[in-house]
Amino acid sequence: MVEASKLFNPDKHIDCTGLFCPMPVVKTREAIGKMAVGQVLEMLSDDPGSDPDMKSWAQATGHELVDVSRRGPVYHFFIRKTR
Amino acid sequence: MSAGDASPERVYLDYGGFAPVDPRVLAVMRPFLEAGIGNPSAPHSLGAEARVALEAARVKVARLCGGAAAGVIFTSGATEANNLAIRGVALGPSGAGGARVIVSSVEHVSVVNACRELERGGAAVATLPVDSEGRVRLDALRGALGTQAALVSIGAASGEIGTLQPLGEIGRLTRAAGVPLHVDAVGALGRVPLAVDAMGIDLLTLSGNDLYGPPGTGALWVRPEVKVRPQILGGGQEGGYRAGTENLPALVGFGVAAELMRTEGGHGEAARLAALRDQLLEELLDAVVDCRLTGARRGRLPHHLSVVLRGVKTDNLLLDLDLAGIVASSGSACASLSRMPSATLRAIGCAPDELDGPLCFTLGRFSTAADVEAVLRHLPRIVARLRALAPLGRR
Repeated sequence: MVEASKLFNPDKHIDCTGLFCPMPVVKTREAIGKMAVGQVLEMLSDDPGSDPDMKSWAQATGHELVDVSRRGPVYHFFIRKTR
Repeated sequence: MSAGDASPERVYLDYGGFAPVDPRVLAVMRPFLEAGIGNPSAPHSLGAEARVALEAARVKVARLCGGAAAGVIFTSGATEANNLAIRGVALGPSGAGGARVIVSSVEHVSVVNACRELERGGAAVATLPVDSEGRVRLDALRGALGTQAALVSIGAASGEIGTLQPLGEIGRLTRAAGVPLHVDAVGALGRVPLAVDAMGIDLLTLSGNDLYGPPGTGALWVRPEVKVRPQILGGGQEGGYRAGTENLPALVGFGVAAELMRTEGGHGEAARLAALRDQLLEELLDAVVDCRLTGARRGRLPHHLSVVLRGVKTDNLLLDLDLAGIVASSGSACASLSRMPSATLRAIGCAPDELDGPLCFTLGRFSTAADVEAVLRHLPRIVARLRALAPLGRR
């Protein structure tokens, strides 16, 4: 299986492991703000609530949650900036 | 308002976010800051004096809780107390071997994140649904208690939507199941009837600032039979449950604040604030279209008003209110920071176009009718202007 990070070729990575709501979303928002439209961010989080949080955030902001995968306790989110 | 406010024209309606310290509390604290040099753990005479002052504060806080003074563990605030309650019980003897914790879906973020940390460590967390006013569904609690649990943690009232939980019934169910009940009492204690012994509450979280005491003070009241594992380790202060030299000036202030709340916060003051709040609500609903109360109409915190406004964004609303000299809040600092829809508003079933516009007013000891009139004078105009700038469907 091709690793998701190779498949989506992210332009930027941020590691939010160890942090809790709202920090993974806050750091994602900050990182996305500095990126260009079309670029992909990979965000890592081990907050058990970050899966619904990120889905809700993507829905509210319109950025595209391209993929979510989980390796052990760590979620890998791939988000494409859309605007 | 007047106390603690540099600008007499300012209308301060964010008591839930931060309450001004009562001048009478400050007066008692001052000598402890200026001349008090006693460490309550020290064996010398100054230490003994400090110990007496600390224990007097403990008695006052316990009296407000309606339980024994020995149960009070002083902390740096409600967030630490919630962490101590949830992690301390779930990671303690009663939670050994994979804890299961039951919470509601309208809890403060300190409860939510303490539970998420437990989940990371393999614990199970059951989140109870609420009705459209934010009250925990008792049938769901009854069902969740069918499986063994280490702790039930339910806040007395939501800071976001003001709804009071049916603590009497919740306490009866948890007691029958033999599961300890933790209640975050911020917002409610001193304003509505609440007492640990009378209601079968085993752990109670308090915030000193919520009672017009100094910020950075709080407490967890714990029933003696309940075993809590300390979360801050060190020199054995607070009976070994919370290490670190006690912040004596602030805790003395907390004690006075608790005493003032117990003697003044109840019926008369609660009724005064509820009357101001009701006037604000009724006139606001008349003056602003697409404005809806969130939480319970009755059975809510007497000083709390929360609404959702369709077609406006809270950030813009708060900024315009601030420019008009009015301080309010969204009700959730967490949602403001992440700009994510509030979990509490989603839990009570708010429509997607309501999630952007929550507005929360919390009144307090120094609030007056003039404050309410100022909001009614400015808010309808501000909402109309924001809606004209960003009509529905084009936001």
